[in-house]
Amino acid sequence: MSLLDARGLTRHFGGLKAVDGVDFDLAAGEIHALIGPNGAGKTTFVSLLSGRLPVQSGRITLAGEDITGLPAHARVRKGIAYTFQITSVFPGLSVFDNVALAVQGGRGSARDLSRAVEAALYRVGLETLRRETAGTLSYGHQRLLEVAMGLALQPRVLILDEPTQGLAAGEIGAFKALVRGLVPEVAVLLIEHNMEVVMDLAQRITVLNFGRVLASGTPDEVRANPAVQEAYLGA
Amino acid sequence: MAFGPFLLLALMEGLVTAAVLALAASGLALVFGVMRVVNVAHGEFFMLGAVIAWFVASLIPGPAWMAFAAALVVAPLAVAALAALADALVLKRLNYDPEATIVATIGLLYMLQQAALTVYGPDARPVAAPFDLRLQLPWFGYSGYKLFVIAAAAVVLAGIWALMTHTRAGLVMRATQVDRDVARAFGIDVDRVYMGTFALGAGLAALAGVLIVPITQAHYLMGGDPLLLSFIVVIIGGLGSLRGTLVAALVIGLSDGVISMFFSPTLAKILATLLVALVLVFRPQGLFGTRT
Amino acid sequence: MKTWAAHLAVLALLLAAGFLLSPYHMTNLARILVLATFAMGYNLAFGYTGLLSLGHALFFAAGMYAAGLPIWHAGLAALPALGLGLAGGAFAALAVGVLALRTAGVSFMIVTLMFAQAGYLTLLYFNATTGGDEGFALPATGRRLFGADLSTDVPRFLAAWAIFAVTFLATLALVRSRFGRVMVALRENEDRARMLGINPFTTKLGVLTLSGAASGLAGAAYAILFGYAGASFATIQYSILPMLYVLLGGAGTVAGPLLGAILMFMLIEAATEVTSAWMFLVGAALVILVLFAPKGILGALRTRLRGLP
Repeated sequence: MSLLDARGLTRHFGGLKAVDGVDFDLAAGEIHALIGPNGAGKTTFVSLLSGRLPVQSGRITLAGEDITGLPAHARVRKGIAYTFQITSVFPGLSVFDNVALAVQGGRGSARDLSRAVEAALYRVGLETLRRETAGTLSYGHQRLLEVAMGLALQPRVLILDEPTQGLAAGEIGAFKALVRGLVPEVAVLLIEHNMEVVMDLAQRITVLNFGRVLASGTPDEVRANPAVQEAYLGA
Repeated sequence: MAFGPFLLLALMEGLVTAAVLALAASGLALVFGVMRVVNVAHGEFFMLGAVIAWFVASLIPGPAWMAFAAALVVAPLAVAALAALADALVLKRLNYDPEATIVATIGLLYMLQQAALTVYGPDARPVAAPFDLRLQLPWFGYSGYKLFVIAAAAVVLAGIWALMTHTRAGLVMRATQVDRDVARAFGIDVDRVYMGTFALGAGLAALAGVLIVPITQAHYLMGGDPLLLSFIVVIIGGLGSLRGTLVAALVIGLSDGVISMFFSPTLAKILATLLVALVLVFRPQGLFGTRT
Repeated sequence: MKTWAAHLAVLALLLAAGFLLSPYHMTNLARILVLATFAMGYNLAFGYTGLLSLGHALFFAAGMYAAGLPIWHAGLAALPALGLGLAGGAFAALAVGVLALRTAGVSFMIVTLMFAQAGYLTLLYFNATTGGDEGFALPATGRRLFGADLSTDVPRFLAAWAIFAVTFLATLALVRSRFGRVMVALRENEDRARMLGINPFTTKLGVLTLSGAASGLAGAAYAILFGYAGASFATIQYSILPMLYVLLGGAGTVAGPLLGAILMFMLIEAATEVTSAWMFLVGAALVILVLFAPKGILGALRTRLRGLP
């Protein structure tokens, strides 16, 4: 049973068909990677899912409920969390306040705000830095804070846009363990360039090219797909 | 008199308003279009034009037309120079940040108003029209000077249009308007373009002020109404579009004349301000602009 | 805890200062406190949420007339009139906000300016009811609060202080609440805030309404304490004034509007001894602040001294 389901999603910019009739489904509890060459429409596609861009045609459902017309903030409250490709924490606020904003805006009722914040910080390992100003954290820590904010929303679907970009090799290992620990409680949609991370984490992969789905399946199936090899893996 | 003559008079007066407004508003539109700066002090440049015209007229002896001709040259140049100074000292340092420049030009507005009050005084003073000619229309006589204002505004606006479309300076300004970084990359001195645009916009307002002063007298608070009306015209015409601005000036000037004649000027202004707010909310490209 | 103590100390200091000053300056301080209340309302929108409005004179005037007209025409008492003023300011802000908040940045500034201008012109248009440009003096019956005559120095000062104190503490509580955190998030990065489940439109509408309520309360207090209401309070100048105070004292700080109002008053007072050119001073202050100290005095301090609310 798919948790998040998209049918015929379309978004054109002038003559550019950024997303052109994409069908996609995300199952509960899976890690699903979205890959494709630059300009394939990945970021536009997840913007349509998260509501940052309105769809031109198509339909999105979350656990059977039609959310196509909902604005972004309402989708967040329904359980679709999006972490930004470019780190986008509130640099002037404390780490605590950053996460607290997510707790307040998310699905949980969060009676006990500070406990919910602590819990999210603990999962990413930033619990000792909660009083720091977010802008003073190292880049890797800011990425973790971004993930903590995503988690604090208590999402059903967590969209991670290029989460390992700019991380050091050592940090990537810890990050993979973190993402693995999120499922099956949360379904993760991972947009990622690092193939090693994708092949290691994802249970299923969808490949986009020129705004269309080129292939979809397990990592082995996708790897074996000749169209993918030709268009993307450059074989 | 019957209804017809009243309507004709209202339309004539509206046309004069439209002409002066078109000059002042095209200055505002130019500055907004090229620099993305909302100049709240624009009405004060208009006022300075009128006040300087009074000083020039009272200093130059001889026939009224000579004094007026001198004012027509001196006032816009002086105001343009002042605007260039304001650009260099304030706007440029703010990096033309839209919100900061609004606050700064509000400050400029207060400073200029106070300067006029201190130097020129609180009285309204007339400047003699350059010539005294009455044209006899079927029902009433009409001031020849007012017709001159309409003609002069048309000539200047045609000049501005030619400047923007047929000269290198206009090309450079339009290029800067589209993208200042690209313009800079092509070797355009953007700082100079901005200074020139701001000075030109202020000069147009001052020119409108000089033209109006034989009709309405010069007063240090006279900048408020033209500022408001210019805003209305620029916004309804589509921010920064010169053609839209002209159309809107005509519409607003004429309807202001008609509504003011048959209803109340205050009511006309209430409707116009509400119209502007609603246009910005629901049709930000202006009534006559096209969405880009 | 320390923060609350510091802010209570500021209030105590103001109360003491009022009684140490001459009656003339006691009334001046009352005026400053009412205008600072207005500026605190402005600060909620501009300083904390990043909504740069040029139309707050409308909310101030809405409060002034919502309180003043029933006193003048119907003999209403001061206390319910203050309540009406607060409601009037809030309602005006809500109505403007529903439309104006569909825009942002420069458009928002111009839309609020235009609505305020329309409000000012409306006051002139209905001059039979509003007194128009000349305004009207409030009758003595409407200037009594708890048995005290508000046209005398001490009760007037105490009333101004109480209204200021309530708004001051309410602002402090608000900006330290969960809602306050959301306000700052919108100011810092609206797009990010939206992706944390925050509805920018309703949040801003809420802030603007609160801001209008404080402005309206200040407008009502101004009319009742100083006995006069007039259309000049609806002019653009009264939208600029709170902005100037907030810019000077420090946007997004609880005490900034008070500091700005006091400093600007002292500056004009000092300058009047040499020149009557107060408008020049206001203008120059705006330009200098924007150029050299956009964060204001407390804002500049806060970047050095963290933890100032």
